Amino acid sequence: MSEVQIENPKLTVTNLNFYYGKFQAIKNVSMQIAEKKVTAFIGPSGCGKSTLLRVFNRLYELYPGQRAEGEIRLDGANILAKEQDITLLRAKVGMVFQKPTPFPMSIYDNIAFGVKLYESMSRGQMDERVEWALSKAALWKEVKDKLNQSGASLSGGQQQRLCIARGIAIKPEVLLLDEPCSALDPISTSRIEELIDELKTDYTVVIVTHNMQQAARVSDFTAYMYLGDLIEFGATDTIFIKPKRKETEDYITGRFG
Amino acid sequence: MTEHSSKQYDIELENVRSRVLEMGGLVESQILAAIEGLTSGDVHALDKVVAEDHRVNALEVSIDNECSQLIARRQPTAGDLRMVLAVIKIVTDLERIGDEAAKIARMGKMSYGRARMPSMPIAAVKHVGAIALGMLRKALDALARLDTAAAASIVREDFAIDEEFRAIVRQLITFMMEDPRTISQALEILWIAKAIERIGDHAKNMAEQVIYIVKGTDVRHTTVEELEREALS
Repeated sequence: MSEVQIENPKLTVTNLNFYYGKFQAIKNVSMQIAEKKVTAFIGPSGCGKSTLLRVFNRLYELYPGQRAEGEIRLDGANILAKEQDITLLRAKVGMVFQKPTPFPMSIYDNIAFGVKLYESMSRGQMDERVEWALSKAALWKEVKDKLNQSGASLSGGQQQRLCIARGIAIKPEVLLLDEPCSALDPISTSRIEELIDELKTDYTVVIVTHNMQQAARVSDFTAYMYLGDLIEFGATDTIFIKPKRKETEDYITGRFG
Repeated sequence: MTEHSSKQYDIELENVRSRVLEMGGLVESQILAAIEGLTSGDVHALDKVVAEDHRVNALEVSIDNECSQLIARRQPTAGDLRMVLAVIKIVTDLERIGDEAAKIARMGKMSYGRARMPSMPIAAVKHVGAIALGMLRKALDALARLDTAAAASIVREDFAIDEEFRAIVRQLITFMMEDPRTISQALEILWIAKAIERIGDHAKNMAEQVIYIVKGTDVRHTTVEELEREALS
């Protein structure tokens, strides 16, 4: 159910269905993701919100038996079409996961690795790009003197910001964040939330979170999903003060189970 | 409404609501005593109204505190958030109504300090007092039952109070022009009538908050037609 009019849709989802084998995890979802805004997906475990995120960059294709039906247009082109180049899609649609997943290499190489896949550049240009990405992810000051140390040597919050830096280093258009703060302490969490706010000046951000207050804090639009259905989608201000559907009200006020 | 997963949260919200109603009951009895005292001339009863005002004030502080605790600990959203926000506003109105009751009692006592002019419109004041009290009761009922239709009807009643108040003012002006010796007493009656008129305004504010809780629309400073449309939608 989508009642809000998105002026500048970056992604347009139409009649999307998703199946894990025979199990239908997403049921006929249609909605739009606004460009250069933060859209949050909330809902109880198993409601399909992370699944939806994985459809946006076709991550599900790594697993047999999973399939998506319907249409998702990224700037007009259907990303679910067979002819879609998946590597290119994932360069445009970056993702950061719940648990920080630094590559087992130096901080510098964590950033440079992905960039090298898509662009060839001189060492100097690469240095600039690494600094840019780390600064953008609010990590540069903390790591600039130890770029050769292993990414795993950083704290959890720093590792997560490293993953965000890695995600934006290839200059994607859409950034998908799957529970980016659930393993982090409150200070790291607020750093990342601040970062999300800055990221939306350049990127379209989609975030899945179990933390409703976090969705309320960082997002412009909020979608509530339940058992694969999109129950309500609207401006975050509306959803948290005056939701239209009783199911949404029950969930965000803590009346469920 | 369905219950929260957290029973304690339910209890806390329910507790805040029942404390507001308790405060409303106390304020109601204060007005009733003040208006009764006006006609009976029971100075002791009027003194008691003034003395009891601190209980109303204490409830305001205590309920406000419970609301801040709820916000800090539970981060209420949607309907719960609107309830807490509305309660914070409603207790302010109730506290002011309490002040008006004390004011009526003080003025009443003063006017009994001297011989009452038989021509003073005490009956009219008592009548408008009864309307104001009725509005307050209705507002509290509407809050208890989350009844927006009842809340909307209060707004119309406030017009009636305003009309009665203007009539009393006209009458008092006539007395004062005819006989300047009535001026000091007429002014006391005027203050009392004004206090009652304010009670009506506060009851109306409370009614608007009930509509906000239920409908999520802020109907303050809208026309009565808009308010009714929202309340009855």
